Amino acid sequence: MTMAATREGKRGRTARLAPYALVLPGWLWLALFFVAPIASVISMSLMTGGLAAGYTFTFEIGNYARAVELYWEQILRSLLYGGLATLLCVAIGYPVAYWIAFKGGAYKSTYLLLVLLPFFVSFVLRTISWGFILSDNGVVLGTLKSLGLLPGDFGVLNSATAVVFGLAYNFLPFMVLPIYAVLERMDHGVVEAAHDLYAGRVQAFVRVVLPMSLPGVFAGVIMVFIPTSADYVNATVLGGADNTMIGKVIQTQYLVNNAYPLAAAITFILMAALLIGIFSYAKALGTEQVMEVQAR
Amino acid sequence: MTTATETGPGAPDAGASATGSVRRPRGARRRPDWGKYFTWTVLCWLFAPIAFMVVFSFNDIAGRHNVTWEGFTLRWYSDAFAYPDLNVALLNTVTIAVLTMLIAGFLGTLLGLALGRYRFLGQSATNLVMFSAISAPEVVLGASLLSMFLTMNLAVGYWTILIAHVMFSVSFVAITVRARVLTMDPSVEEAARDLGATPLTTFRLVTLPLLVPAITSGGLIAFALSVDDFIITSFVSGSTQTFPLWIWGSTRVGIPPQVNVMGTLIFGLGVLLAVANTVLARRRSR
Repeated sequence: MTMAATREGKRGRTARLAPYALVLPGWLWLALFFVAPIASVISMSLMTGGLAAGYTFTFEIGNYARAVELYWEQILRSLLYGGLATLLCVAIGYPVAYWIAFKGGAYKSTYLLLVLLPFFVSFVLRTISWGFILSDNGVVLGTLKSLGLLPGDFGVLNSATAVVFGLAYNFLPFMVLPIYAVLERMDHGVVEAAHDLYAGRVQAFVRVVLPMSLPGVFAGVIMVFIPTSADYVNATVLGGADNTMIGKVIQTQYLVNNAYPLAAAITFILMAALLIGIFSYAKALGTEQVMEVQAR
Repeated sequence: MTTATETGPGAPDAGASATGSVRRPRGARRRPDWGKYFTWTVLCWLFAPIAFMVVFSFNDIAGRHNVTWEGFTLRWYSDAFAYPDLNVALLNTVTIAVLTMLIAGFLGTLLGLALGRYRFLGQSATNLVMFSAISAPEVVLGASLLSMFLTMNLAVGYWTILIAHVMFSVSFVAITVRARVLTMDPSVEEAARDLGATPLTTFRLVTLPLLVPAITSGGLIAFALSVDDFIITSFVSGSTQTFPLWIWGSTRVGIPPQVNVMGTLIFGLGVLLAVANTVLARRRSR
């Protein structure tokens, strides 16, 4: 800090202003199209009015009461499905990241590429493909049924399980990448040291590797939990009418019903629920550190 | 098991894998590599819908109900552009992605440079805003943008999609570039300055070339995010269609095999680019 300051001091005012000139365009873009919209959704959530008459700011807290009263079920379901999908991602993603980082050898980057390749296909297309694969008379269930291995009325779609697995599927790389980044940079000598100190495989993992890789897991949890609990594509394609998530409610209220103030209130509730959790989480870790992990 | 044999002379991971196989001295006791089986099982799971998409792009169906296998055909490849509105959607997706890559690439590079190189007022605020923009749920970003455009009475369409895409991808570019700036050896630039190069010349001939890989990968991330985005786009698109939006819209009437064809071609192109990139990176690191 001080060193940088003195170095800049020598180069004078242009150098001191340089960082501001560099960040200004990006700042403007983020201020206009990220910060201002968030402010606008908050103000809209406190408005009353209709599409024809226009909206006026009346500090209408009632929008929030209505949002909770009507949609508490979808809100809780979204957090639950998001949480389950995140756990599933840890359970699947950690062993994969571990194996690639420690046993991948010269093919580490190839394996990592293989994990990422499916995501070159559009998210919507992937999810719809799952819908086709798992459909009642599709390639898997239809075949098994015609072989008499499954009863005719057996189905996988339109269930919570299908939604949670779909969510975990679509967001797995966000778990694998940060865990891999931490494990890959880990000094493998520490594992050796643990072995030298007579730690067994399990002990070396639980007491050395796992604690050191927790920042990666934390980052992965954030990166998976937020998009999964706010997603509605998986719930719509794989979950049917009984598994609606809050994202779908927001989308419908905005784009179909045009009930903007109510929709804005639901949006704010979702945002607040997620961000409060995340920021206390990030604060405990330090945002720099979390972003550092993401960057790799 | 694999580490013992596959480390080529110049392979970048050679050192890591040599120390990584801690248990090699006792390697005589062969145990099944469960991690490997597990990883391959997960890979099969990851590729299942891709395989479905590719295989069913050759499906000889009569209508638009592409769910059960009816026989092999190449018909859909020769008739890939049968739906004019799908072509328009695809064109929109590509042009928006290219523009997003350029604009977000430029803004993100400047941000990344400033964040990695300098200490300035508002730095932690910038980090915080970028972190929030990356981690905010898409549905919130889409709803917020739409709220603002509605309040401003701004018509949504092509340009609002572009604005949104640059907004959510610029931070990814900035982080990628910042990471490179932070790990860059400052002595190279000092050497240039010692040899009499002006700051601008130093930047053009030394700093920028060193940053190119990071800028490229940041730009590619922006491109990929833009092509793939569905949720935010659905809020700010109005009547403008993109590839994911068109697919979503056609689920009710049935998704024509042309979508599988285009998905397959895009996937193929992605694979090609990724492989080329890996080969180049490997050659560069030798």
